[in-house]
Amino acid sequence: MTTIATNRIVPASERRLKNHTSIAQTVRNSLVMAYRGLVKFRRTPEQFFDVTLQPILFTVMFTFLFGGALAGDIQKYLPTIIPGVLAQTVITASVVTGVQLREDMDKGVFDRFRSLPIARIAPLAGALTADTLRYAIATTITFLTGIAIGWRPEGGVLGLVLAGLLIVAVAWAISWIFAFFGVIARTASSVQGISFMVLFPLTFLSNAYVNTATMPGWLRWFADVNPVSHVITAMRNIVAAQPVGADVWWTLLGAAVMVAVFAPLTVRAYMRKA
Amino acid sequence: MTSTELAVEAEGLVKVFGSNRAVDGVDLRVQAGTVYGVLGPNGAGKTTTISMLATLLKPDGGTGRVFGHDVVKEANIVRQLIGVTGQYASVDEKLSANENLYIFGRLLGLSGKQAKAKSAELLEAFGLTDAAKRPLAKFSGGMRRRLDLAASLIAQPPLIFLDEPTTGLDPRTRGQMWDTIRSLVATGSTVLLTTQYLDEADQLADRIAVIDTGKVVAEGTADELKASVGTSSLILRLTDRNDTGEALRIIAEVFGVQGTPSPEAGRITAPMSDPDRVTDLLLAFRGAGIRLAEFSVQKPTLDEVFLTITGHGVATDAVEDTEEVRA
Repeated sequence: MTTIATNRIVPASERRLKNHTSIAQTVRNSLVMAYRGLVKFRRTPEQFFDVTLQPILFTVMFTFLFGGALAGDIQKYLPTIIPGVLAQTVITASVVTGVQLREDMDKGVFDRFRSLPIARIAPLAGALTADTLRYAIATTITFLTGIAIGWRPEGGVLGLVLAGLLIVAVAWAISWIFAFFGVIARTASSVQGISFMVLFPLTFLSNAYVNTATMPGWLRWFADVNPVSHVITAMRNIVAAQPVGADVWWTLLGAAVMVAVFAPLTVRAYMRKA
Repeated sequence: MTSTELAVEAEGLVKVFGSNRAVDGVDLRVQAGTVYGVLGPNGAGKTTTISMLATLLKPDGGTGRVFGHDVVKEANIVRQLIGVTGQYASVDEKLSANENLYIFGRLLGLSGKQAKAKSAELLEAFGLTDAAKRPLAKFSGGMRRRLDLAASLIAQPPLIFLDEPTTGLDPRTRGQMWDTIRSLVATGSTVLLTTQYLDEADQLADRIAVIDTGKVVAEGTADELKASVGTSSLILRLTDRNDTGEALRIIAEVFGVQGTPSPEAGRITAPMSDPDRVTDLLLAFRGAGIRLAEFSVQKPTLDEVFLTITGHGVATDAVEDTEEVRA
């Protein structure tokens, strides 16, 4: 092992150096980091439990639990609940992204990433982007489970694909919030704690399971402005081949704002962390 | 590359954690193409100093430059010039050796094909080819360190930081690591290494800075540091202890100094300022019919240097020992 690199090292003075990272390099670095995330999935398939078994369980459980009471019968409830359960499942999966990021950062390899001449955001953006695969799996399984118990969306395959893309994009944006917690928290389990405190009100206090008209005024106000309600409404309309209206734009705007706020915060916290 | 080019130039580096001044005004000047050792006990501020120079930590005071580039203002340039191998292996546990190096290569701008070739080349050089596809969880400590060092060499950086490269390694693996470091320097790299092992600094480093409680307390070549503590001693053991008197007389005549007999074993210790005179001494012994059972030269060790400079705990004992021998 004593024979290393026979070629001589180029002296510092003869190298071409630059002190900034271009956008193209940022994208390239992030994609390599996303590739790293995918390779890791292959090594640790247990990371997929929450996006494979859980969607089946939640879809079946909530449909049969609430269906009769809220919509009169199970079949009528399906168009309401499937997008609702889907939003909840995928957003919950994005919490796991933050938790895993924390665990990942505790390993020495992040020190190396910080010492490399790469875009600072790449290790974070890459990890978050790799996780879109998990959201896509959760989405597919939720839709398939719904179809298995009798859901027949009018929008067909195209509607499902579009709605799926929308929720995956939103979950990616939301995962920046949990990534931020992941970076600032001391341990992985505290990330989970903080995140679920945000997550439960955000997903349950929405139109995911019930019509907001049945809620008391103050709660209805919150549920109506809740971005999660917008994405659910948008998805319901897309899969039902209905005009989508403003909800899609509100959803996309909300997602963009979340990234614009939390991505810089997260990167800054990440850079400061020793 | 001029011979006076500085790979590292630190002036008054300070890092404060809470009320603890972990690094308290460290100055370092490392010539390009040399191995520079930063020697100090645990908690002396070695890792913190390296972290600041490697752009991992922002200094609270002072400046650091790597090949003339400021580590804060030109951090990204500095990162293109350095490789960092930490105290704990900074490689991905869940991935194989191969995948690790491939991903680092891609991040450093190599194409897929180049990254594969580079990975294979480094794994070969570090004797890890057989283990290339195994997950790191099954790697020994030494293998991880080697992979870690390999990962630092992908871009062939002109400056390599090695933070305690052999801490926790067994003596054989440690020797291999030393060989690797030597061959790195042979290809033109500058190496800045930290260590708490005195013999490691002695073996590898062209110059050494002794650092204690965040400050550089001594700097120089290993020999300069040793010389600052004292000269070497010649230790003789006579076959016939009755010759002791005659031997002392000859030592006084040839060396011009008084040897010290230690009665219990017929042993004589004499300060040796000019090694060239040893030949004369031995010839004189032969002439006088004095036979030697044992003959050795004792250099002051870096241990002594270290303890003398830092004045830590055990220091008093060690100094007494030395004096007893030489007195």
